[in-house]
Order: sequence, then structure tokens, then C-alpha cells
Amino acid sequence: MNLGTEVGLKMGKATRDAFGEALRDIGRENPAVVVVDGDVSNSTRTEWFGKEFPDRFFDVGIAESNLVGVASGLAANGKIPVAASFAAFLLCNAYDQIRMGVAYPHLNVKLVGSHAGISIGEDGPSQMAIEDVALACALPGVVVLVPADEHAARAATRAMIAYDGPTYLRVGRPNVPVVYDENVQIEIGKAITVREGGDVTIIANGLMVAAALDAAARLAGQGIEARVLDMHTVKPLDEAAVAAAARETGGIVVAEEHLHHGGLGSVVAMAVARLHPCRMGFVDLDDTYAQSGTGEELLREYGLTADRIVEEATRIVRGG
Amino acid sequence: MGDQHASAQAQPATANLDELRDLARRLRREVLIMTTEAGSGHPSSSFSAVEILTQLYFGGILRYNPQQPHWPDRDRFILSKGHAAPILYAVLAEAGYFPKDELKTLRKLGSPLEGHPNMRRLPGVEASTGSLGQGLSIGLGHALAARLDGRDYQVYVMLGDGEIEEGQVWEAAMAAANQKVGNLIAIVDNNRYQQTSAVSKVTDPALYDDKWAAFGWKVLEIDGHDLEQVRDALIAARDEKSGPVVIIAHTIKGKGLKIFEEDYTWHGRALPKDKLAEALEELG
Ligand SMILES: Cc1ncc(C[n+]2csc(CCOP(=O)(O)OP(=O)(O)O)c2C)c(N)n1
Ligand SMILES: [Mg+2]
Repeated sequence: MNLGTEVGLKMGKATRDAFGEALRDIGRENPAVVVVDGDVSNSTRTEWFGKEFPDRFFDVGIAESNLVGVASGLAANGKIPVAASFAAFLLCNAYDQIRMGVAYPHLNVKLVGSHAGISIGEDGPSQMAIEDVALACALPGVVVLVPADEHAARAATRAMIAYDGPTYLRVGRPNVPVVYDENVQIEIGKAITVREGGDVTIIANGLMVAAALDAAARLAGQGIEARVLDMHTVKPLDEAAVAAAARETGGIVVAEEHLHHGGLGSVVAMAVARLHPCRMGFVDLDDTYAQSGTGEELLREYGLTADRIVEEATRIVRGG
Repeated sequence: MGDQHASAQAQPATANLDELRDLARRLRREVLIMTTEAGSGHPSSSFSAVEILTQLYFGGILRYNPQQPHWPDRDRFILSKGHAAPILYAVLAEAGYFPKDELKTLRKLGSPLEGHPNMRRLPGVEASTGSLGQGLSIGLGHALAARLDGRDYQVYVMLGDGEIEEGQVWEAAMAAANQKVGNLIAIVDNNRYQQTSAVSKVTDPALYDDKWAAFGWKVLEIDGHDLEQVRDALIAARDEKSGPVVIIAHTIKGKGLKIFEEDYTWHGRALPKDKLAEALEELG
């Protein structure tokens, strides 16, 4: 994956791998944590938890709506169920079960969707969640987390389990560059300033944080200092950080591996419109499904690149 | 629609079992070559379905015309277990829907041969699948449309034995029996394994026959690699007009290649390039 290379980031693990490791570790500390998966535990990496805690691991078969319902029942009994599948199948197949069994009763279910975004590559659109963040954000009271790298994914997994209430954690399939060191903390609802800058702000999450850093390096070469915010929590949004960015830098580019409508861009734009209107640009998947190809090819083909972030940032800075 | 009166005889068909056997062998080779070239995909899930698709498309069962993929009177085949796309693509190319040369573009940027079937991009694909559990409902819609339009086409839907853990399959099964659709045929590729385990770890496959029967379906049970049994079941199912029929085809996941047959964890994995030559030799 050709991300973060311009700022010398090293390639790390996939966020799903880090999630799987953290979940197994948490399992050792917290006996209330249980897992419900739907025949994809080798993909979501919950199998690592399952191998160590077979009694607390339930594979309910290829049946996502059932999976979420089962998690709801477990949560109602004080368990902390992690309900995991591909993000596409979990959010899209079981949406009403999430709505009725998780969000509406505000139960302590930890939804985890892997293989999110187009970077899964060759399997193609049926397996790619590109609408999951929009769907999750539309659910009242559900926390939505999109970690940028392996360390953030571990921290986000811990934050999600420690939080009392429904959450959605989005993780990806491919290895991604390491943005943080292992001590990074994820505080729900609090953006991380990855780079300081006063001319423009790039707000990103997931693997687009690494692309944002590449873009910022290139912009610096043109004399534009970009602030980079990792908005790992899409909901509740860190509105103070967004308002400060709008006020102090005068323009914001939002970059995410998600559809244009309803994702981080929409959420940030609503906050900007209300708190401190400024110029904005959006680097995301523009109202289209992707196709098969390597993850790297698809990111390029659909414009999820540092190039596009630079374009949008320079347009904004020049007042275009 | 200019193709209203297309011939039902346009497809190549043979009743000769030796020829079909040879074709099945070649199709397995195509599947292996294209998935290894792609570096990913589901060859083992494709191999269990080879004889069924071979008989369906080339044994004179399915009515279709590759020159007119949208011919309204064509029979429909829906691959609900969409991850077996490679065998569908090999069959569609063999049938003449697109040049065989395109098979090597599987899963590559720009190719209509996506990882899972996309009906908007590839002629001959009747439904976009890949999220399991949805094909039988779509098939029922086609079957009901035939009734509305006064057409006599058949609708065949292939499902995985793990796939039918999805509740939607049984919603469709109930509705189809209630509608007494005599033109809907489900084929379960009963290869005993799903992605992470034997199907028996999740549910008891032995009960599947009883379940379909209890849901009001006529049940046929066959060896899904025996071309004669496959043919006889497909014909019997086609000729049954009183309601929906399910063919439970007992198959072997990865059939034809030892390493696939012996280890279900090949699910969703392509054979590495350095193993291809030997494997092709084994397939013959
Ligand atoms: C709704 C949904 N959930 C999960 C998956 C991931 N998945 C792809 S293939 C597969 C196993 C399918 O097993 P089976 O139906 O028995 O098909 P086989 O490969 O054995 O023919 C799974 C779980 C999916 N594609 N769709
Ligand atoms: Mg199976």
C-alpha cells in the first residue's frame, strides 16, 4: 500500500489484526467479554479470541441478523458481546436488528465490521462496506470509531470495551502504515492532532490519515502548512476541534475511505456550517460502487489519494 | 425487444456423457488457471459445482442464447453462492457469452469479471450476488414474473449448504411454496463445508431434506458429481409443475484436486503459481 511513504511511515499490521489481538488480550482480563461471529472469524480475527476462550465464542453461522439479535440478548444479561462480521454484511444485512436490538434499547453491544472500504480489493463491491459509517451514524446513541493504524486499532478496541453503550468499530483488511507509537490513546470523541499547521486543515480517519500526512508533506513543499486531524471518532464528533480548525485555518479537506454521502465529510460539514462556516473539500468515494482490482489500484482509481487531498487543499487555500 | 423470437436451440448441447465429462474436466482447469492468475478467489467452492453447471448449460437443460442474453423466454440461472463466480465465468465463456480470453482478467481492474458476479457488467449473469442468502428470493421474483407475463421459462438457483443458514433463504422457501411456483428450482451444493468449519458444526445438514420438505418443497437427493444423476434430477425438477423443487446435490468441496478435498481451509484461496502445473496434471 503506497501510503505514508512520503513521510517515512513504516508498513504495519492491518487494523483487523490489531483488533483481533487486542480482543484476545482483553478476554484475559475481562470475563464478561464474549464474541458472536458469523462464519468469518478467520477474516475478522475473532478466531484468536475463540481459540483461547471457546466457551465465550459463538459462531452462529452465516446469519448476520441472527448474530446481532443474539448479541442483543447477551448484552441484556450483562455480557459485553462483540458482534463481528464483514462490515458490509453486519451493517447492511442486520440493520433492523441493530436498530431494534442494539441502538433503540441502547444496549452494550460492540459491533465490529472488518473488510471495510474499497481497499479490500479483488473480492469486489459485494464484500466492500462503503456505506457503513453513514448507516452507523444514523443510529441514535451509537459511537462510531474508525482507527487509522494498528496501534490506534488496539487502543480503539480497549476504548470500545471500556465504554458502556453501543459502539461500531470499523477495521480494514490490508496492512496499513504505522502512524502512531504503541502508547497512543484513543479517547472517544476527541480528535488527535497528528500534525500542526495554520493554513488549512485535513480531517481524515482510517487509512486516509496516512494519505493526509503525505499530502501535508507535499503541501509544505509549496509553503502551505496543513493541520492534520485524525477524526477516529465520527460520532460523537469532536466539534471543538472542527470549529477550531475552521476558525484558525480557514479551510478544511475531509478524506475518508467511504461514500461521500453520510460519512465523516457530511458529519464535519454539518458542524462547520453550524459553528464556523468555511471552505471545504471532500476526498471520498463519490456516489459510486467500486470494482475488483488491487486495493492500491482502487484507491488510485477512485481518487482516494494524497494527490486529491493536495488538489483540494490548494484549491481552498487559493480561495477557489 | 427485438429478440422475442430467438431460437431456443441456440445453445450448444450434448447428451453425450463422455463429452460432458471431458468438458467438466476442462472447466476445472479454467477455474484453476484463472484464480491462480488472479492470486485470489474461490476455486474449491467452484469445483463442487462443476458437474451441475456443466449438465445445466451443456446437457441441453437450460434454455438460453448467448447472442441474446436478455431474451425474455430464456431460463434463468442464479448463482446465489456468488463466490463460486469462477465456474460461472468459465461456463458463460464456454457457452459463448464472451471470449474465453477474458477469463484471465478475473478480478483485475477494469474487468467485468469481478470477484463476485455483477449483472450490470457481464452478460449471462442474472443477479449480482456475493452477499449470501439472497438468490432464492430473486429467483422467486423471476418465477412470479413468468407467471404474470405468461412465459414458460424455468428459474434455477444454486445455493451453498452454509449459505442456507441465512434466514432469508427460508423466507423465500416459505413464500415459494405458498405461491406454488412450478418453475422454481433450488440446487443446494451440499459440499459439507463453509468458510471456517464443517457445516455440521453450525447445523445438522442431515436435517436439510426434512426442512425443505416441511417448508412445502419437493426434495430430490443426488450425487452432485454423477452427471447422469444430475441430468435426471434437473429434468425431473423441470417437469414438476405443481410447486418448487429442491435438488440436494451431495458434493465434495474442491472435487478433483486432492489438496482442496482434504483441507477445507482452502476456502477462498487460490492455488499458488508454483503449485499450478502439478495440479493441472492431476486434473488431466
Ligand atoms: C451474507 C454473507 N455473510 C458472509 C459471507 C462470507 N462468506 C463467503 S463464502 C462463505 C462460506 C459459504 O459456504 P457455503 O455456502 O457452504 O459455500 P461453499 O463455498 O462451501 O460452496 C462465507 C461465510 C458472505 N459472502 N455473505
Ligand atoms: Mg459448502
